[in-house]
Amino acid sequence: MSKKLNLTLHVWRQKGPKSSGGFVKYPAQGIDDHMSFLEMLDVVNEGLIEKGEEPIAFDHDCREGICGSCGVMINGMAHGPRKATTTCQLHMRVFSDGDEIWVEPWRAAAFPVVKDLVVDRGALDRIVQSGGYVSVRTGSAPDANNLAVPKTDADLAMDAAQCIGCGACVAACPNASASLFTSAKIGHLALLPQGAPEREDRVRRMVAQHDAELFGSCTQHGECEAACPKEISINFIARMNADFIKTAITATTDLKPREGTE
Amino acid sequence: MELRSNVPTGPIEKRWEKHRFDLKLVNPANRRKHTVIVVGTGLAGGAASATLGELGYNVHAFYYQDSPRRAHSIAAQGGINAAKNYQNDGDSIYRLFYDTVKGGDFRARESNVYRLAEVSANIIDQCTAQGVPFAREYSGLLDNRSFGGAQVSRTFYARGQTGQQLLLGAYQALERQVNAGTVTTHGRHEMLDLIVIDGVARGIVTRNLVTGEIRAWLADCVVLASGGYGNVFYLSTNAKGCNTTATWRAHRLGAAFANPCYTQIHPTCIPVAGDYQSKLTLMSESLRNDGRVWVPKNAADATKDPRTIPEADRDYYLERRYPAFGNLVPRDIASRAAKKSCDEGRGVGPAVDGERRGVYLDFADSIKRLGKSKIAERYGNLFEMYERIAGENPYETPMRIYPASHYTMGGLWVDYNLMTTIPGLFAAGEANFSDHGANRLGASALMQGLADGYFVLPSTLAGYLAGFKAPKVADDHPEVKAAVGRVTERLKKLTSAPKPSRTPDSFHKELGRLVWDECGMSRTADGLKKALARIPALREEFWNGVRVTGSGEEFNQTLEKAGRVADFLELGELMCIDALNREESAGGHFREEHQTEDGEARRNDEEFSYVAAWEHTGNLSQPKLNKEPLTFEYVKPSNRSYK
Ligand SMILES: Cc1cc2nc3c(=O)[nH]c(=O)nc-3n(C[C@H](O)[C@H](O)[C@H](O)COP(=O)(O)OP(=O)(O)OC[C@H]3O[C@@H](n4cnc5c(N)ncnc54)[C@H](O)[C@@H]3O)c2cc1C
Ligand code: SF4
Ligand code: FES
Repeated sequence: MSKKLNLTLHVWRQKGPKSSGGFVKYPAQGIDDHMSFLEMLDVVNEGLIEKGEEPIAFDHDCREGICGSCGVMINGMAHGPRKATTTCQLHMRVFSDGDEIWVEPWRAAAFPVVKDLVVDRGALDRIVQSGGYVSVRTGSAPDANNLAVPKTDADLAMDAAQCIGCGACVAACPNASASLFTSAKIGHLALLPQGAPEREDRVRRMVAQHDAELFGSCTQHGECEAACPKEISINFIARMNADFIKTAITATTDLKPREGTE
Repeated sequence: MELRSNVPTGPIEKRWEKHRFDLKLVNPANRRKHTVIVVGTGLAGGAASATLGELGYNVHAFYYQDSPRRAHSIAAQGGINAAKNYQNDGDSIYRLFYDTVKGGDFRARESNVYRLAEVSANIIDQCTAQGVPFAREYSGLLDNRSFGGAQVSRTFYARGQTGQQLLLGAYQALERQVNAGTVTTHGRHEMLDLIVIDGVARGIVTRNLVTGEIRAWLADCVVLASGGYGNVFYLSTNAKGCNTTATWRAHRLGAAFANPCYTQIHPTCIPVAGDYQSKLTLMSESLRNDGRVWVPKNAADATKDPRTIPEADRDYYLERRYPAFGNLVPRDIASRAAKKSCDEGRGVGPAVDGERRGVYLDFADSIKRLGKSKIAERYGNLFEMYERIAGENPYETPMRIYPASHYTMGGLWVDYNLMTTIPGLFAAGEANFSDHGANRLGASALMQGLADGYFVLPSTLAGYLAGFKAPKVADDHPEVKAAVGRVTERLKKLTSAPKPSRTPDSFHKELGRLVWDECGMSRTADGLKKALARIPALREEFWNGVRVTGSGEEFNQTLEKAGRVADFLELGELMCIDALNREESAGGHFREEHQTEDGEARRNDEEFSYVAAWEHTGNLSQPKLNKEPLTFEYVKPSNRSYK
């Protein structure tokens, strides 16, 4: 059986990147506890539009916890109170009647606010651009079973590859570091033989790009791991650091733009 | 309009090879001079952009999300088919081809399907080389599973996140090209119109979703890889932003829309919980490999704890009605069977609007047989997802499932080169109609998206561009100005309805309910006529009364929604027109008038063995029907039987 909740929301409203923002209070009445958090915001927004007021802007798409579009701070917690759960998969049954809920965008210098709860996470794409791939030409791949990969390696690679690029790790980190995100991609590719040839180069480029964006550095708080909806392990940061230190010692060349790049 | 399929002749195994040889090539030094627009960065668009960029073309990729990695393909769970025969269980290119033609209920083009099966093996090689972490056996070699409707194990998977991993592979390849300077990405840009000059597609008009800026982009050709239109039903398993705008705008300018009534309803989704429901969540159909579907024999047991219902009082209706395939019957059959059980009053779960719409998917036997840890390894993340949404633990109590709109086989008509009826406009992935006929087999959409993007378009686009002679155009060309004008005008209308009173979502819900009831899992002439009488009126109410707050010159999600709903209001009518025209039952299109005594679909090959390619006439209620006849040289049409 479902329950009805009466809640008070305090939502961060900000017109654009250059405007200043602030919290606005909204009542959310008769919320069914089977609703998702975003469905609760939908209900509030429908009410706002009907009154001719601008609805609260927030990013979302799949609503299945996989696209990484959604993500807000809920009572100071990235994606809210439930472990391993994106904002879209958070259901209202975790709240109680009468609760006050504070809703804010990700806060990080590298993630400027676009509007209300929407931020610009382009920096994460640029980290991948710097080297988060295997440089294989379409059509030139050998038979997939030519290379056996130990199941344990493949499984661990998959653990890292599950990252949805939501940015919660950055929002949760006191230094606003994107180390968990960056290390997840590096770790995924480093664990597979297909990623081996570019392993050193990749870690150097991606770490350099991470630092060039406005992300802070990792000082091992562990808040990222706790907030990550995909439970990416902080061990991947340790692996990344180990690879990085190793390449700093063994690298024979300076980082140069790749051939074929402008 | 003339439909030239450009299908090569000769033995089917040689057609693609021969065609590729016959296609002209573009000299590497000249590729840079060709600009290609790709709308969409899902599997089809992402793979195409990455590959075309790598070949040296100047590519511009557009998507409405903030990052190319978020395209709807990311949500695919179950797997991707390929005729590798790694399991040595008798699979082959020919068998995959055969299964796909048969599964599509003999409403697809044989040559296209054969090509798809042929390149499927290359896809797995490509993705593995990119570092896609497919599931492996202890030997270190790739694992496979059997997937809805297939009697061989040809499905490759990456836990329950196959689409995510394949898309990240394509996304990384795409970002590599961004770094190399061959691809420019345009996130948070929505295509709102097409630019056609002298009958040839030359560009698109977009709205920058952050600033509201409207602008034209010009190119030598345009690829639409903008996904399917399943959100016409409002509730579907598609991502909230999935839309028909790109394909529909192209349709209005002359691209034929093929088989819009072929939509796929997926049997295993989490049922609707209440009227606030914003989307439906798919539970991968791989679950049917180990889960058993049942409802109580007696309606009176519907509200009992399922665990207390004895075996004798359960109806495992799929196993009963289809002993050979059991729980693995194709999607359309499984969906209709669930609907039938609920129509009989034997549905389970909470009543919404007075009806219980759900059936059980029970893992108790498999857990007993294989152990909880094996089941957790196979479906752990799906079980967690179910628990999060439904608040019940499927290791302990059976899941509840019900069918939902999931995939659209219909789409823009394309020839063998994936070119639409507008020269220079190509369509790939779910946006085209090409390979699945009236019903798509599980794990074949990912295969088709990547086949189109990595392997087909790069060859066929070159064939087109090698002969490209149209003059250069600039922003001041009258057709460009006209297209920008159309978009600006339309946005103005959306933000200034004469009597603003209802939200875009409320119109979308009403349309969705109507199309779901009359043009969903089963259709009748009467119901379709009812919908056809209502949709134009609803459209008028929309333009008169839609309430959009804010302006077009800023980030405005209500305006985005309104534009998409406006196009669904037009497409929904065409779906019903197509469904009414098709006096037969085929695949996902089930007309109640055309069924056998025991309730199975009855095709009419004499009259309906054709692709219905609809042409816009200026009057939405009177589109022109063009027919592309389908001939079957290799797989003889037979009645599907899964008994
Ligand atoms: C929940 C779920 C599970 C599935 N599981 C499987 C499975 O296991 N196996 C399988 O084979 N298939 C599966 N499918 C089907 C499959 O995922 C899709 O058919 C396929 O991914 C579609 O890919 P696409 O590249 O054609 O389009 P999409 O991935 O939908 O991409 C569309 C792209 O177009 C862009 N776009 C759309 N409109 C516009 C516009 N107007 N302007 C600018 N950009 C635009 C979007 O931003 C996006 O980048 C599943 C589908 C769903 C819903
Ligand atoms: S590491 Fe986790 S929190 Fe960070 S982006 Fe990836 S999924 Fe999100
Ligand atoms: S909306 Fe896709 S992860 Fe939440």
